[in-house]
Amino acid sequence: MTAGTRILAMGHYQPSRIVTNDDLAATIDTNDEWIKSRVGISERRVADSESVADMATFAAEKALAASGLTAADIDLVTVATCSSIDRCPNVATRVAARLGINAPAAYDLNTACSGFSYALGTADHAIRAGASRNALVIGAEKLSDVTDWTNRTTAVLFGDGAGAAIVTGVADGEQPGIGPVLWGSAPDKGDALRIEGWQPYIEQDGQTVFRWATTALAPFALETCEKAGIKPSELAAFVPHQANTRIIDGIVKRLGLGPEVVVAKDIVHSGNTSAASVPLALSKLIESGEVASGAPVLLFGFGGGLTYAGQVIRCP
Amino acid sequence: MATREEITSGLAEILEEVAGVNPDDVAEGKSFTDDLDVDSLSMVEVVVAAEEKFGVKIPDNEVQNLKTVGDAVSYIEANH
Repeated sequence: MTAGTRILAMGHYQPSRIVTNDDLAATIDTNDEWIKSRVGISERRVADSESVADMATFAAEKALAASGLTAADIDLVTVATCSSIDRCPNVATRVAARLGINAPAAYDLNTACSGFSYALGTADHAIRAGASRNALVIGAEKLSDVTDWTNRTTAVLFGDGAGAAIVTGVADGEQPGIGPVLWGSAPDKGDALRIEGWQPYIEQDGQTVFRWATTALAPFALETCEKAGIKPSELAAFVPHQANTRIIDGIVKRLGLGPEVVVAKDIVHSGNTSAASVPLALSKLIESGEVASGAPVLLFGFGGGLTYAGQVIRCP
Repeated sequence: MATREEITSGLAEILEEVAGVNPDDVAEGKSFTDDLDVDSLSMVEVVVAAEEKFGVKIPDNEVQNLKTVGDAVSYIEANH
């Protein structure tokens, strides 16, 4: 049992193939200016042969190597994803098998784009309850498998990738590095974003989702900061789900964040990668050295089901 | 109680702020998308701002019926 947990290290993986807006404009009726002004995306990464489990494994390998722990230390693996085509076995056990993690609790969690913050919250709870000691928490998506590449309203939005965190307990007397999770959903609007049936494509009521995201979420993000005992102005960085730069700008404005707070805009080069977007963007911020170790960072995911979750973490 | 003219000029202020529309172009007969080049997401921002400015509720399923400035003025006039 431990009083709190922290992120030891992060890792990420993106497929090497870059698909630019001009590439998309060659096959569907769209253009670079239109996409940039509506959603802020310049390019996205699209997997060829890699599966969700492959990308999750590659990201996890990097996080594990950076953490100083070994596979033998990990006893919980949780993967946030909504795009794994295989229903059984789950992605978590496949990742564990590939990494030689022998007998972990292993499960997938689906709250679509908010998944990483949900998974980070459940890992924090499991460790604090004494059910686990060290967790591997992953967000991984292959949205290209569920994207209708002939539909110009959705094909421009999505990308593939994965991000992973190693989470462990803090020593007695040490400050926790993962703040309390704030989580919830708006089930009455849940059908506004769908991946339904057996050979599905992502569909969404864009205006409903956009309106919810730009109006309902900022108060929850503020509440997340309150739960962690921190003012938004004290944040070093804000890493929201990467759905649309106009949504990100809208939330930043309502939170009153000044230019001194680093705001993740990985969407420009990665598109919307659903549950992978927050850990991917956070891992890149850490890798680039833009956020100092120990600095407070607000993570906030939101999306399908109109679920949301966030927490303030201390940068590993 | 605001007049139609007052509502129209209030909408023109919102359209300028949210979507960079020239207030002189805003008139009841103008279509938001075809004449004023307001995209679907900007339309949501206009609606949210109009709710705050005029104290009305404009539900999601009503937004698609607001094709012209005049449609929006009539809705706000009837519901505020």
